[in-house]
Amino acid sequence: MNDEENGMIRLNEISKVYGTGEVKVEALKWIDLEIKKNEFIGLIGPSGSGKSTLMNIMGCLDTPSSGEYYFEDINVESFNHNKLAEIRNERIGFVFQNFNLLPYATAFENVELPMLFMGVKTKTRKERTMKLLDKVGLAKRARHKPNELSGGEMQRVAIARSLANNPSLILADEPTGNLDTQSGDEILAIFQDLWYQGHTIVVITHNPNISGRAQRVVKLKDGSIENNGA
Amino acid sequence: MKTLYLLRMFYRELRRQRKRISLTIFALAWGTFSIVILLAFGEGLNRQMKIANQGLGTGIVIVSGGQTSIPYKGLGKGRQILLRKEDVELLKNKVPGIKYISPEGDRYANTLTLGRKSFTERVIGVSPSFEEMRTYYPQRGSRFINPVDLQNKRRVVFLGTEIARRLFENEKPVGKTIMINAIPFLVIGVMQDKIQNSMYNGPDVDKAAIPYSTYQTIYGDEYIQRFIYMPEDIARTSAIKDAVYKALAAKHKFDPKDSQALRTWDTIEDEELFDKIFLGIQIFMGIIGGLTLIVAGVGVTNIMYVSAKKRTKEIGIKMALGAKKRYVLFQFVSEALMIALIGGAVGILLSFLTVGLFKALPLEGDVADLMAHPVISADIMFLTAMILGVIGFLAGLFPARKAASLRPVEALRYE
Repeated sequence: MNDEENGMIRLNEISKVYGTGEVKVEALKWIDLEIKKNEFIGLIGPSGSGKSTLMNIMGCLDTPSSGEYYFEDINVESFNHNKLAEIRNERIGFVFQNFNLLPYATAFENVELPMLFMGVKTKTRKERTMKLLDKVGLAKRARHKPNELSGGEMQRVAIARSLANNPSLILADEPTGNLDTQSGDEILAIFQDLWYQGHTIVVITHNPNISGRAQRVVKLKDGSIENNGA
Repeated sequence: MKTLYLLRMFYRELRRQRKRISLTIFALAWGTFSIVILLAFGEGLNRQMKIANQGLGTGIVIVSGGQTSIPYKGLGKGRQILLRKEDVELLKNKVPGIKYISPEGDRYANTLTLGRKSFTERVIGVSPSFEEMRTYYPQRGSRFINPVDLQNKRRVVFLGTEIARRLFENEKPVGKTIMINAIPFLVIGVMQDKIQNSMYNGPDVDKAAIPYSTYQTIYGDEYIQRFIYMPEDIARTSAIKDAVYKALAAKHKFDPKDSQALRTWDTIEDEELFDKIFLGIQIFMGIIGGLTLIVAGVGVTNIMYVSAKKRTKEIGIKMALGAKKRYVLFQFVSEALMIALIGGAVGILLSFLTVGLFKALPLEGDVADLMAHPVISADIMFLTAMILGVIGFLAGLFPARKAASLRPVEALRYE
């Protein structure tokens, strides 16, 4: 296997500047980073170090101010709005610190959502949704709405949702940030399982246990990579 | 497949967001309802006023004797001019262009008796053409005074609606005999109920009409109180009025320029004035309707705008999960359309129900006569519903479009 086929993400001199005119904040400065398929990366760093900005760019939720971003060896700059939506839908699964579940929809409907956007047939969709909920141990909670679930349960729904279209990359932004230690450890264990199953995983976290679970820990400081763990 | 899943999502979210959606529907329905009802009552008032205006009769001129104010051919001023039945005959022959003309003898304090019931009312003596000119229209199964009555000096009477009601209550008056000042009269007809906003000597529903010939025979009056005529062509009214004035001036020997010698009431002039008032009312209603529409539009806009804004985060989540822009827009567009449709329909339905209710209510009295006859204008109704729908639609579309054009990370950040 050569490096070309094995690449998941490649960042070339990525910078992100917020604000215009006099007040400018450089969130990311000249980031170079490569992530291979089936890596489990822990992204750590103090608040304001640019972790979330980096993840948003990797997840095609945001665009860099300069630099090149290759997703599966294709320069993302060439993608339009719709193509980016497709990438997010089919290739990337997101897990957010604040879950970002639709409050009025049940756990089942939340997990189903990415498949609806992809146009998966009803029967397949329903089966797969149940399977995913089962996988995160929430089959019995399928009809519950987010406000009827605990934080750990909500995050597990979000993980099930991120897996809906079987993406190659899973991006998690502080997935344990709003959870107690035990729930946090459970969530990290799920990520570890997913890694074993062949997903590429990037987890931003403050959780010190990550270093024990992740394959590689990348450390950011003031918008630059202090240590890429390689 | 794609459309189907979009529809499915749409239906699902409609169910989920009942409160917000019903609020918007309510705002739309209420806006439509207020405008339609406001204008319905306004138009109803307008029409009733027009009908009331027609109670006296339209296109007629009423003439009664006055006092001279200018000396003429040796005769001093202040001389009273008394009209006679012969004057009417004279005008019939001398003034062309008169369609109808009728004398009117008028006496108050007549005793009308039926059995033990007795009332004091006004009796008038008139010709058959009075029916058409003064809207003395008979109810079904009855008639007004005809030329044969007049010729034969028959003792027949045509009762005003109110007199008939008081004398006969629930009985049928036609064919019965009543006494007028102890003289028996056969009832030949009862007037259709009418509302009347201009009158002399009281409303017509309180009068009893008998043939002029009979009237003259009974009361022996030399003079008539007034005569009424209707020009064939309203456009020629002023010329005919002059001709009538001149003919009577010659007959009664007064200066044709003496405006006080005869008192002339030209309802045609009144009608022109009323038309201006009606136009004024309509403009007024239009302005109020427009302002209400703006208020309703602002309400609908607010709700749609706020709800679209509030859903920026939801849009962000969906875009993060891979929803394309057209999906987000379709969702908002179809939702807004649906809301506009239902809101408009509910407003229209409410309007019809309210108007129907008002018409069914047994409201009586002068105010009810004028106010309780709302008329829905279909044009205004659909236009209002449509305008509000479009306003709401645009108010929802723009923030949604803006949200869908954001980078997902920006939409997600929105709380």
